[in-house]
Amino acid sequence: MTELAATDPLPKPKRDIAPILLPIALALLMIPLIGSPSTWLTLTAASLAMGMMIFIMASGLTLVFGLMDVLNFGHGAFIAVGAYVATLVFAPFVASVQADSLWVNLAVLAPAALLSMAVSGALGLVVERVLILPVYGQHLKQILMTTGGLIVAEQTLYALWGPQIIPMPLPTSLRGSFIFGDVAIAKYRVLATLIGLAVFIAIQLVLNRTKLGLLIRAGVENREMVEALGYRIRRLFLGVFMTGSALAGLGGVMWALYREQVHASMSDELTVLIFVVVIIGGLGSIGGCFIGAILVAMVANYGGFLVPKLALVSNILLMVAILMWRPRGLYAVTSR
Amino acid sequence: MTDLLKLSGVHTHIGRYHILQGIDLAVPQGQVTMLLGRNGAGKTTTLRTIMGLWQASSGEITLGGERIESRATPDIARLGVGYVPESMAVFSDLTVKENLMLAARDGPLDDTQLDWIFGFFPALRRFWLSRAGSLSGGQKQMLSIARAIIEPRKLLLIDEPTKGLAPAIVMALIECLKEIKRKGATILLVEQNFFAARELGDSVLVMDNGTIVHRGEMAALAADVPLQERLLGLSLEAHQ
Repeated sequence: MTELAATDPLPKPKRDIAPILLPIALALLMIPLIGSPSTWLTLTAASLAMGMMIFIMASGLTLVFGLMDVLNFGHGAFIAVGAYVATLVFAPFVASVQADSLWVNLAVLAPAALLSMAVSGALGLVVERVLILPVYGQHLKQILMTTGGLIVAEQTLYALWGPQIIPMPLPTSLRGSFIFGDVAIAKYRVLATLIGLAVFIAIQLVLNRTKLGLLIRAGVENREMVEALGYRIRRLFLGVFMTGSALAGLGGVMWALYREQVHASMSDELTVLIFVVVIIGGLGSIGGCFIGAILVAMVANYGGFLVPKLALVSNILLMVAILMWRPRGLYAVTSR
Repeated sequence: MTDLLKLSGVHTHIGRYHILQGIDLAVPQGQVTMLLGRNGAGKTTTLRTIMGLWQASSGEITLGGERIESRATPDIARLGVGYVPESMAVFSDLTVKENLMLAARDGPLDDTQLDWIFGFFPALRRFWLSRAGSLSGGQKQMLSIARAIIEPRKLLLIDEPTKGLAPAIVMALIECLKEIKRKGATILLVEQNFFAARELGDSVLVMDNGTIVHRGEMAALAADVPLQERLLGLSLEAHQ
């Protein structure tokens, strides 16, 4: 075994930028294939917005996977619940939603998003205590319990709101597009991108600049050692689970506004995307999740434009390609 | 001398395997107690059971007179037990500084304590802001031990700290552990390196098949070659 003496210089760890370059390379590669620069810009903006929404929904799940090795197949329930709660806030304030003033619109949108996050986070508390706590360390039972929880949540939403699709119109000031020459970028997509970036930066700040973040990062890597240092990781996990659930609720509101509709099984189409993002990003890696979400959205948008028939399988193909390149995801944080 | 740690009739099962089969041992306050034995004898399981990482299926474990066998690992750590696992278990994604910040549970890092640690392990000062994953094996072991002693602990459980390390690093570790011992720490040390065991140990426990088969003074075992061969299948001289 070769040992470095204290006086030897330590080899500088290489910064792994290949995953960061991947979406950039993919976007540049698409310019000649798409042909029209304005179409390319529109598709790229759409990809970024969609990617940010998926990232917000998936970020909590990746930490839950990474930190406690819990397979939560019911994560989609928080998305749907978040969206439905927002409809409760929107309903009595239709006039404010339709007002042609950004501030009036935001006065409804912000409380709706915050309430959705609070309710989804509280539901996360109940789910963790009731469904997850008894089955820690038992993957098969986790899948059964959380899938069962998702079905119960969906059926409860059906029972309370009925089977019909509930319209959720975009606030008036978020309709339309910013026009730059012959490029049109939807206003709401810009907002979604900004919110996604803000969430990403906030998570990074917490993870890298606070002791709580240190504990989460250390727990993702080796939770047993964190406990041996005297930290009760179960409490930490509960906090992460609730935060992840709250973010899924926020993502639900944003996705509902993006689609301008809410229905009880709205998370079904998203669950596959979210799991693909978590897996290709690397379990427990927020950076990997961020890049993975953008890649998934790019493949969906570019692929849907260029080869519509491929759209159905494009994300699975992406996952296969990434896992062949890096079997533990873009950034492997855990040893799992 | 009072016993800080006592195990009485401790059994541990891992799955269907019965690993510890009625361990009785005592670790006197302020001494280094060596835990020796062949591979698979149950040494690591003993440390992990004390730490609560594996639950004892029966028996009593007391620390300073307080029963701890049913307590959770974080609670045992908070009673003042530091643990250095065989795998070192440094947090690779965190820097040296961040690893020590986490270990300093009760507040900011103490500069005097840090300087004391840097005296033994100057590499840690040099690579203060480097990711622990980029350190060499010896440096990771230094960090793992530094993490256990960054704050005063009543008891240190250390699992094979010299395993796989270069002789120069082993000597530095031995000096560090000697200094920790001089400061009055109580240590239960699992070690396969007999030279290190002889240098550090006050008393010795030898395990085989999940039980303690010998207990006595380390110096007496070090001087008795036939006994070493009978208990461990090797003599101390063979390791020098």
